[in-house]
Amino acid sequence: MLLIVAPVTLAFALLPFIYNNQLLLFNFVVFLTLAQGINVIYGFTGYLPFGYVGFFGAGAYGFSLMVIHLHARPLTALLVAALAALALAVILTPLLRLEGPYFAIASLAASEAVNQLVSNPNLTEITRGPYGISLSGVFAPNFAYGIAIAILAFTLGAVIFLRNSHFGLALQAVRDDAVSAGMAGINVVRERVLAWLLSALIAGLIGGVDAWYISVFYPETVFDPGVSIFAIVFALFGGTATVVGPILGVAILYGIYNTIGITTPQYFQFIYGTLIMGLVMFLPNGMVSLFRRWGLNVP
Amino acid sequence: MLEYALLAGFLFGLYFSLVGLGLNLMFGVMRIVNLAHGDFLMLGGFTAYWLFTLFHINPVVSVLIAFVGFTVIGAPMYYLGAWRLATTKDPEMLSLILFFGLSQVIEAAATVAFGASQYSIPGVVLGAEPWHVFGQTFPASWMISGIASLVFIALLYVYLYRTRLGYLTRAVMASRDEALSTGINVHFVSSIAFGLSLGLAAVAGVFAPFMLGSILPSMGASLNITAFAVIVVGALGEPLGTVLGGIIYGIGLMLMQTYFSSWANLLPYLLLILILLVKPTGLLGKKVRRA
Repeated sequence: MLLIVAPVTLAFALLPFIYNNQLLLFNFVVFLTLAQGINVIYGFTGYLPFGYVGFFGAGAYGFSLMVIHLHARPLTALLVAALAALALAVILTPLLRLEGPYFAIASLAASEAVNQLVSNPNLTEITRGPYGISLSGVFAPNFAYGIAIAILAFTLGAVIFLRNSHFGLALQAVRDDAVSAGMAGINVVRERVLAWLLSALIAGLIGGVDAWYISVFYPETVFDPGVSIFAIVFALFGGTATVVGPILGVAILYGIYNTIGITTPQYFQFIYGTLIMGLVMFLPNGMVSLFRRWGLNVP
Repeated sequence: MLEYALLAGFLFGLYFSLVGLGLNLMFGVMRIVNLAHGDFLMLGGFTAYWLFTLFHINPVVSVLIAFVGFTVIGAPMYYLGAWRLATTKDPEMLSLILFFGLSQVIEAAATVAFGASQYSIPGVVLGAEPWHVFGQTFPASWMISGIASLVFIALLYVYLYRTRLGYLTRAVMASRDEALSTGINVHFVSSIAFGLSLGLAAVAGVFAPFMLGSILPSMGASLNITAFAVIVVGALGEPLGTVLGGIIYGIGLMLMQTYFSSWANLLPYLLLILILLVKPTGLLGKKVRRA
């Protein structure tokens, strides 16, 4: 398992010394983490949260409001970012009663509701409303980048744990057939809620670091539904419920995005829209299912 | 003030029923969650826009062109891939992802073709004189949109409950397998429903410049949530439920805008979550939904 965590972490730790676009590397780390977060909840429980970005935004705002109002140190604020995302996840736990598309759409609605709440002009005193956040006081890109890598390593570790532990197996059993899993003595509700909280925690942490790193942003930046969509597409493209799938997805698709997508995002949108349709039709288990077909064991 | 909000809410409610109607029909017949519904609506809006600017065709005429055009193009689209979904084990989830991909493709293509800017048609083309109803004054474009919505709701009702094809459609809604075993041509019925669903989306799109202010290529995503909220409030697969949902939504929206204007944007999201959690079968629900 160290064979995956160590090279990825090391690569991102060393790359800034030979490649000077740190923002781009940072974004890679963010999307690797988010894609793995989607992997935790969708790959292992089958719940597809279109509103995953809600936790990311909650983390970003949890971090920022601590810094702005209480002048907290960044690491303390990061703890609050995690708590904010966890609190939102706890509030949204009843959504897990819904199935499939209802859950997906309800979670999207929930993240949009939080977005509207945060950007409401009546709450400008507290959240800065639609005018956005500026955190120039704690700006420390190198430190933030390091913490982001640590969070990525934690996330990868969590997914590897899910792949190899009793808990992860229980989750997959629940995903495939909740009734039978319940009969076999698995506490269905508890396992699902734990996975839900874990994926929210991951998004909240990386959201907090993202706020810290970019330091100037607006509600629509950190609650952009496009962020969840990217994370979902990357995870699906690579293959969920594996460790390497989402990494592959981010490396390939986000790589393509950064070469052709930035200048003409519509063309990239067109390409990944087509990709999703092709995947559902012909390769519903993602890229890794190709390797499996060739007889390779995919971690 | 209150009367105005209620009446305007009723007009917008009729319109939002029309927005949800096609989505509901497709879900009812095929269990397909069409996340590209809002994007087809957007395409309908652009059809009306270009017909108006290039050929000076009145939107009321465009309604017929858009409806017939999208239905005729849409029905064969069912055979391209949608039928595969309807026969798989979990059509709801697979279709969600597939149509999400389609919505991205449509939005990207529309952005390439039309740019990211907003387009609108002046409201006066539907009549310059405001209408006076129950002592309140409304723009003619709102009234025409509301009436047209009512007409299409009635037409769908007649189709489903008074024609042979409509009977068959409802049979497929009730049980796809039993319909198949009684010899109904399920694929044909489904393809017609698919076409009609897109046609209804296009009609709603024609009135979008008047009711929603303007049209732009990226409008589809938020409209999807609105449409989903509307059909979930009523009941899935039941046109009357959609009308009820639309009117509740419209009146709720207008009351919010009148009394708590800065919170009005929250309404569709909260309504959707509340209904799904509290009464997952919808207000008129039969037990068709697994939620």
